[in-house]
Amino acid sequence: MLDDRYSLAFKLYPYERSADQDAETPVRHPVVVIGGGPIGVATALDLGLQGIPVVVLDDHEGIGMGSRAICFAKRSLEIADRYGCGQEMVEKGVVWNLGKVFHEDRKVFEFNLLPEEGHQYPAFINLQQPYFERFLVDRVREAQAQGAPIEIRGKNRVDAVEDKGDRVAIDITTPEDSYKITADWVIGADGAGSPLRGMLGLDFEGRVFEDSFLIADIRMHADFPTERWFWFEPTHKAGASTLLHKQPDDVWRVDFQIGWDVDRKEELKEENIRKRLDAMLGPDVSYDIVWTSIYTFQCRRMKDFRHGRVIFAGDAAHQVSPFGARGANSGMQDVDNLGWKLGLVIEGKAPESLLDSYDEERKHGADENILNSTRSTDFITPKSKISHTFRNAVLDLAEQYAFARPLVNSGRLSVPCVYDGLSLNGPDALNGGPARTRVGAPCPDAPLGDGFLLPKLGGGFTILTINAEAPEALTEDGVTATRVAVSAAEDATGLIAERYLGDAEAAVYLVRPDQHVAARWDAYDEQALRAALRKACGKE
Amino acid sequence: MSDLNLDPNIADPDGFYAKLIEAHEGLSDDESAALNARLILLLANQVGDRAVLDAALEAAKTVGH
Ligand SMILES: Cc1cc2nc3c(=O)[nH]c(=O)nc-3n(C[C@H](O)[C@H](O)[C@H](O)COP(=O)(O)OP(=O)(O)OC[C@H]3O[C@@H](n4cnc5c(N)ncnc54)[C@H](O)[C@@H]3O)c2cc1C
Repeated sequence: MLDDRYSLAFKLYPYERSADQDAETPVRHPVVVIGGGPIGVATALDLGLQGIPVVVLDDHEGIGMGSRAICFAKRSLEIADRYGCGQEMVEKGVVWNLGKVFHEDRKVFEFNLLPEEGHQYPAFINLQQPYFERFLVDRVREAQAQGAPIEIRGKNRVDAVEDKGDRVAIDITTPEDSYKITADWVIGADGAGSPLRGMLGLDFEGRVFEDSFLIADIRMHADFPTERWFWFEPTHKAGASTLLHKQPDDVWRVDFQIGWDVDRKEELKEENIRKRLDAMLGPDVSYDIVWTSIYTFQCRRMKDFRHGRVIFAGDAAHQVSPFGARGANSGMQDVDNLGWKLGLVIEGKAPESLLDSYDEERKHGADENILNSTRSTDFITPKSKISHTFRNAVLDLAEQYAFARPLVNSGRLSVPCVYDGLSLNGPDALNGGPARTRVGAPCPDAPLGDGFLLPKLGGGFTILTINAEAPEALTEDGVTATRVAVSAAEDATGLIAERYLGDAEAAVYLVRPDQHVAARWDAYDEQALRAALRKACGKE
Repeated sequence: MSDLNLDPNIADPDGFYAKLIEAHEGLSDDESAALNARLILLLANQVGDRAVLDAALEAAKTVGH
């Protein structure tokens, strides 16, 4: 009755009996996270590191086999860094900057991501999703050892959830029995198929794309360079489009677009997969097949992410096509956004309505991701004859003329969204301030002393002063912002000035715990800062 | 409110028109469609201005049916 739905790459949280299973009345928890995927575990880390007790329930005993996500963006690594496991990911991951685009085997052009200088983390790494998840779980174990109140319960399947107004009742099945607990807050991180959504009768609308993709992760000792290769209409006909991308451990991701009307079982037979791979790689390349799968995808999101005491995050809340690597990456931004808000609400330092700003901000993020990934998908798999004609016209032109290259869309890689014009934003009152650090934007990294700026921001509210005075700390209605002061001497590269001052001489930024800019000014003004801090905590 | 020029602007209209038709001579319908697509993209890049391009799209959509 509790059979695995998938096999495991790493068994990290084997079933253990919990005292809750023998309690007379359901035990009450501040936060229960449903789903121990990357988003659920990251949520637990965020809350647990704040000292908030959190229980994660997952219906398996570890991380699923098969890589799924391979591309992790700088922002996800910066968030992981805040949780204390970003470096490990980069060390294991493959850093890449070069991409090549082919059409019918001719190289159309190549591009370099040309990552900006002066960031602690690279623009992207390729890393198998199970590793990404394992680094998060390893960090949970380390945090637990240091006293973080996190619990992960494997083989605990959630079967029913009921919002009782002042709490949420949860029915759980384990290999031994069934039991109940209650929670003040429930985070739904149970993936794209989200049983929780179904239990609450909630919608999940959007667009289904009529195409299937066959993925094969293969291990080969070939000397393909560490680049992203994308073919439109390759003549080897192994797929209508094909992607080749390197992962750690000599593993390569090959992704074939194979059409809508396919016999999944037939296509997944090893001999048939090998036919495609051989057509693409040529007869002389030997390889082992590590993992294969066929997927179709949707671009859609829930109408609302917050439903009273139940809050959705990650794939449960929104799904995008894989082009652009926006799935797990956007889920990490959900966690980053939700963690501090829920923390303040639970500690009684902010009104519950602060959680509505999660709904507002992350829906904004999801819409941006869906828009981008839908556009990529329409370019890669044109839906009409004329769309196909234009697509190929772009490719033909791009081969000869630089002007057409920006129109080629084989996936616009994930960047964090700016919360322009949303409710928590305070004044943008820095004359001459750069647009990239405007209110609502995520803070860009820059060298600071012999380290970097970002690790000094976040976790709590920060008053970032550049060539400006301010008190070391300021508390408004229970919420404290502490100062990080930067002087010209510590900004040897001048990149902090470039990214945060622009044409201004000095600046004072109020930075949120998720490293987004809440407000900025030319100089410190206590009343203005207090008002912005209130606003950023949903107190207006 | 855009600066889309809807007044005559091509110096030698007959010559340009003949050249346009000539470019399609001997092409199949698919090849013609592809040529048109490339031409539109080249011209659009020359214009560059999104407001003008949007106005041109609108102007093209509103006549002819
Ligand atoms: C082919 C492919 C390629 C991709 N590439 C990328 C990429 O390059 N970059 C990127 O950012 N994203 C990518 N993604 C998306 C990425 O894999 C997902 O966005 C990510 O896994 C979402 O994480 P999650 O934690 O929200 O959900 P999931 O990883 O689905 O985790 C949900 C968890 O909930 C558990 N669960 C479900 N029901 C219950 C229940 N009733 N009780 C208890 N537990 C339950 C599940 O067992 C699972 O452990 C890709 C996806 C695919 C399919």
